Amino acid sequence: MAELLNVENLSRPGLEATSFGVPAGVCAAVMGASGSGKSLLLRAIADLDENQGEVWLGGAARSAMPAPRWRQQVSYVPAESGWWRDRVGAHFVEPDAAVGLLHQLDMPPECMDWPVARLSTGERQRLALARSLVLSPKVLLLDEPTSGLDAATTIHVEAILHEKMASGVAILLVSHDDEQARRMAGPRFRMSAGRLHREEAA
Amino acid sequence: MNFIELGYLDVAFAAALLIVNAGLSIAFRLGLAKWLVIAAVRMVVQLSLVGLVLKALFHASSPWLTTLAALVMVAFAGREAMARQERTFAGYWSYGIGTSAMCAAALSVTLFALTTQFETRPWYDARYALPLLGMILGNTMNGVSLALERLAAEAHGGQRAIEARLALGADSRQALNEVTRAAIRAGMIPSINSMSATGLVALPGMMTGQILAGVDPVEAVKYQLLVMFLIGGGTALGVFAAVMAGARRLTDSRHRLRLDRLVAKDRE
Repeated sequence: MAELLNVENLSRPGLEATSFGVPAGVCAAVMGASGSGKSLLLRAIADLDENQGEVWLGGAARSAMPAPRWRQQVSYVPAESGWWRDRVGAHFVEPDAAVGLLHQLDMPPECMDWPVARLSTGERQRLALARSLVLSPKVLLLDEPTSGLDAATTIHVEAILHEKMASGVAILLVSHDDEQARRMAGPRFRMSAGRLHREEAA
Repeated sequence: MNFIELGYLDVAFAAALLIVNAGLSIAFRLGLAKWLVIAAVRMVVQLSLVGLVLKALFHASSPWLTTLAALVMVAFAGREAMARQERTFAGYWSYGIGTSAMCAAALSVTLFALTTQFETRPWYDARYALPLLGMILGNTMNGVSLALERLAAEAHGGQRAIEARLALGADSRQALNEVTRAAIRAGMIPSINSMSATGLVALPGMMTGQILAGVDPVEAVKYQLLVMFLIGGGTALGVFAAVMAGARRLTDSRHRLRLDRLVAKDRE
């Protein structure tokens, strides 16, 4: 099987060397206790912390391209989003391009004018996902993308993720939710004390 | 020049005012009497020594001795600027960045003034070089110190926002844009404030000194203006250089935010 994201001997403090791949159109779930190193894995793949090893996007090595270009294609969405301007819209490259996406996420188009300080946790989470998705990344590294959402909105977010997978995006999803991992229907990994294991399909 | 020379007895009379301070401190149990005496003695000793050193330097009029004195001043300024920072770069980086930015800015502006405006013969005449350097260095030091403090604090507090921008594909310069702007502004505000308030709130010390020494106020004002421009230029150069170097040290070639290169001071 041709993998879109290929991780090769990736390690960093708190994460033992690991190798695995995620094919295009597949969502791989990473489960495990808090503090076991799941977020460290996503940050290392996004090259946000110092790390050893190589990661491939199709045939292109991460080390062979500038880090900003890598991160545009392999998009990391942390559990706690960061904001640097007062208004929501200033965080989007093209606010108009996000309208359809916002509708799917149950956010009104005028939310682009809202002050970031007034957003709820769930709103921040959905908008942070939207601002990554409008950049059309090929791989999504999602850290608990639905932890602050109610059941109905969670299903809407998962529907969007399924759409992205259908268009060939590979997803690495950190989740606490067994049901969610089952709904995304991909391979499962378990992280414990910095070691990543592949779980056999049950 | 027609100035009134002070005798040591005159100075001693002024020092008697400290007795009033000490009396108040004892009466109200402020516990300041000891610190007052120590501070006053330090001031007397430090300034007397500086007077003697300056006199010797003026007399010697040697380029080497003047340069040596300038470097000693820069080294002290570098130490002072970093002494009260809450968060600094690990190792010698903070001292190195702060001192080299100050050194480059203050020395180049001083040399510029000595060679073009004062046209002293020779340029290393300590009577002009050292007081000018002192004034420019003192203000550049404040600016650099405030700017680096702000840079570290903003980067530390803004980690999530900076890394969000990096994760969306911004390069390190774009991601630190807000942080570097805030730091440069913090470093520049004191010298802008002092330019706009000068003359209204207080007469600048140097100008007051010249007027007391018998210089025509209009002449003293010209001197003061020149010095303020030099201070403004030196501060801007120093702050800009320090913030650019600091921002570089906060990121690496893979455009990561490297907060691991900062250390909090108070943990020692």
